[in-house]
Amino acid sequence: MNLTLKVWRQRNSQAAGKLETYQVKDISPEMSFLEMMDVLNEDLLRGGVDPIAFDHDCREGICGMCSLYINGRAHGPERGTTTCQLHMRKFSDGDTITIEPWRAGPFPILKDLCVDRSALDRIQQAGGYVSINTGGVPDANEIPIPKLIADKAFDAATCIGCGACVAACKNSSAMLFTSAKISQLALLPQGKVERKTRVENMVAQMDIEGFGACSNIGACAAECPVGISLENIAMMNREYVSAKFTSENV
Amino acid sequence: MILDSKIPEGPLAEKWDKHKFNVKLVNPANKRKYDVIVVGTGLAGASAAATLGELGYNVKAFCYQDSPRRAHSIAAQGGINAAKNYQNDGDSVHRLFYDTIKGGDYRAREANVYRLAQVSVNIIDQCVAQGVPFAREYGGLLANRSFGGAQVSRTFYARGQTGQQLLLGAYSALNRQIAYGKVKMYPRTEMLDLVMVDGKARGIVTRNLVTGAIESHSAHAVILATGGYGNVFFLSTNAMGSNTTAIWRAHKKGALFANPCFTQIHPTCIPVSGGHQSKLTLMSESLRNDGRVWVPKAVGDNRIASEIPEDERDYFLERKYPSFGNLVPRDVASRNAKLACDEGRGVGTTKLAVYLDFADAIKREGLNAISQKYGNLFEMYEKITGENPYEQPMRIYPAVHYTMGGLWVDYNLMTTIPGLYATGECNFSDHGANRLGASALMQGLADGYFVIPYTIGDYLAQNPTTRVETSHPAFKEAEQAVRADVDRLLSINGNRTVDDFHKALGLLMWDYCGMARNAEGLQYAKQEIRKLREDFWKDVKILGTNEELNVTLEKAGRVADFLELGELMVDDALNRNESCGGHFREEYQTPENEALRDDENYAYVAAWEYSGPNQQQVLHKEDLKFENVKLTQRSYK
Repeated sequence: MNLTLKVWRQRNSQAAGKLETYQVKDISPEMSFLEMMDVLNEDLLRGGVDPIAFDHDCREGICGMCSLYINGRAHGPERGTTTCQLHMRKFSDGDTITIEPWRAGPFPILKDLCVDRSALDRIQQAGGYVSINTGGVPDANEIPIPKLIADKAFDAATCIGCGACVAACKNSSAMLFTSAKISQLALLPQGKVERKTRVENMVAQMDIEGFGACSNIGACAAECPVGISLENIAMMNREYVSAKFTSENV
Repeated sequence: MILDSKIPEGPLAEKWDKHKFNVKLVNPANKRKYDVIVVGTGLAGASAAATLGELGYNVKAFCYQDSPRRAHSIAAQGGINAAKNYQNDGDSVHRLFYDTIKGGDYRAREANVYRLAQVSVNIIDQCVAQGVPFAREYGGLLANRSFGGAQVSRTFYARGQTGQQLLLGAYSALNRQIAYGKVKMYPRTEMLDLVMVDGKARGIVTRNLVTGAIESHSAHAVILATGGYGNVFFLSTNAMGSNTTAIWRAHKKGALFANPCFTQIHPTCIPVSGGHQSKLTLMSESLRNDGRVWVPKAVGDNRIASEIPEDERDYFLERKYPSFGNLVPRDVASRNAKLACDEGRGVGTTKLAVYLDFADAIKREGLNAISQKYGNLFEMYEKITGENPYEQPMRIYPAVHYTMGGLWVDYNLMTTIPGLYATGECNFSDHGANRLGASALMQGLADGYFVIPYTIGDYLAQNPTTRVETSHPAFKEAEQAVRADVDRLLSINGNRTVDDFHKALGLLMWDYCGMARNAEGLQYAKQEIRKLREDFWKDVKILGTNEELNVTLEKAGRVADFLELGELMVDDALNRNESCGGHFREEYQTPENEALRDDENYAYVAAWEYSGPNQQQVLHKEDLKFENVKLTQRSYK
């Protein structure tokens, strides 16, 4: 199929950006969206035009590196899918597709479609872990965990950290992302010891980074490629309120 | 050069404990006087960086991705082995050791593999304590499943996302140390050279992938944990950025490269659909617990799967290997899939695929049970192929997955350069000529959490705490060489794209140094790779400058290194006149098409020494001694 692409081009974080229009031809429906971008980039390069920079790595939907706002949707039109797992069979011949970077204050643009998501790492560094050193831990089966709880913790733990939730939110809130880690660790016995300080510190870091508060619209969960549930935000709020009343932060 | 493996004396089961007692210690107050660099933050790198930070060393960690959480360890699906014997099915450290040695076709070091089996049990404890949500039974205890090459159930898993959960565990431990200030993290940064002072590894030169800044970092020791080089084939299951650059440049500085030709071809990947394809996607080996592999009995049978009656199907793995069935090791399963396709019995439009069929399992256990076990894999398959694997069998074909070769290391994981270590997939150790499933995650974490923290202390304790400043001439020289390389690439301004060269190299490697090799093909490939490399340096097209985010420039540097590594892989395959594991030389096979080893002449590690641009590398041999297992023809029948 033949497509018209409108792509955000921006030389670096200081430069002004704008949408450029490109044509791509003979795209096979078997291609992934990023393979279609590869084809375009090879054409651009041969024609002496700087290829479009975009983030991607595993191309299996698990590393969370790919991004792209496609036709106004984070990771494109298909629900529960990362951009690398979106295939061209979801589009039609002659379509015009608009491709933009994640838009959020805490995610500055580095070049074209690449943004800096290190703010998400800093939220994790504020407490998204269990404080144990390597070695000297109990036998794994000495910490029995009911299957239902383990499964629930696992559901929260599957967040890939792509930032689609932030990009989809009118308020650039990182609450779905942050709440996923808080829920995972609050559910498990290993994480319970530090649950109060964890939630307080991680929420504080979200504010420092400039992410907004939850707007209760639910676009984050609707656009999440791995189906992280809004329940996690509810749980985080409960954790936060209860921690604030009995704070152990000293 | 004498390759001293430094394997401790004494009985196999006591070597590691004895060694841990004999290594020198750095006293806690002195640890903060030592700096350690870790390149790569996957399972091996993140676990090492976190643990060394916990111990008190100053760690600098580097990755080319925007966050350590993106490392390709995250994509591992199936599981991680540990000799816990929670299932009471006869597992033990010795059995895991034996399975791994046999699975590697007797081309791995006994002592390393035994240690791996020993610490496997600690890994599970460590990960659970970190909050890794492994699969559980209803009673609250950990669940297990079985994997290829084993007859016990020892694989711990988190649905089909085990690598993700283990990596996020290591990433969280790393984050904790970053917050404490013991680890300084450098994302979007690529190592481009190793710096040596007085014959020891003392630092690295890096390029900031956003600004192009070329910088030096000094340390008392350097750990490379950069993963595998399977992308030399262009199409592989590796992430797009996985590369050989860091280890290759260390190789050029004197670190020997061992067994480069040992590549694991994974049997259950989604087949190639066309020339546009950028990478291949693996379907976890655990699917073969329930999926049955088959092709039509007749050559040229073009009917769809559902129209082929039961008695006209050939379940070739179950037929040929009744005791392991569909759970034979990966090299055996891959080779048999290739054989079926070579006979003209392949399925799908390209005929380069076999079926992996869940119909019986769904009938037996119900749709829900199968979806519980493999749901996300089935979804992934449907997204990529547009076909529903609950209704029709998956089509699968072998693909390049893991490289068993890598930098030669001794028992302490130190390369032939003092102070330079290699951990995880980028070293050659532990898997021999073939890697069993669920053992890569195990090795990455074993090296990072439980081996390197002990062995590196031994080295540091024997070396002074004095720091080398990055103003030292050795750093300036290395920086200049890196700049010269970048300038040279940018000045070529040719006509062919980097991907063009990469695809051409990949095709040569797959056709002549892939699932099957022969002397004639390898000699041809060697000449062609040399030509391709010459063309590359004359005709590659890279736009832009160094001082910006320049993806073409990044790729070009990596492909330049692949073009050199490819030739070494071919040389290594040519040297090894036998078949073993992932190295199948067509000239050496049994009447039943199984790999025919030559233990008398080739029971060694082939370690290659760099001797200059376009020069034939020099082969050194480390003889492998088998004192605890008897070398036999591998049989999975």
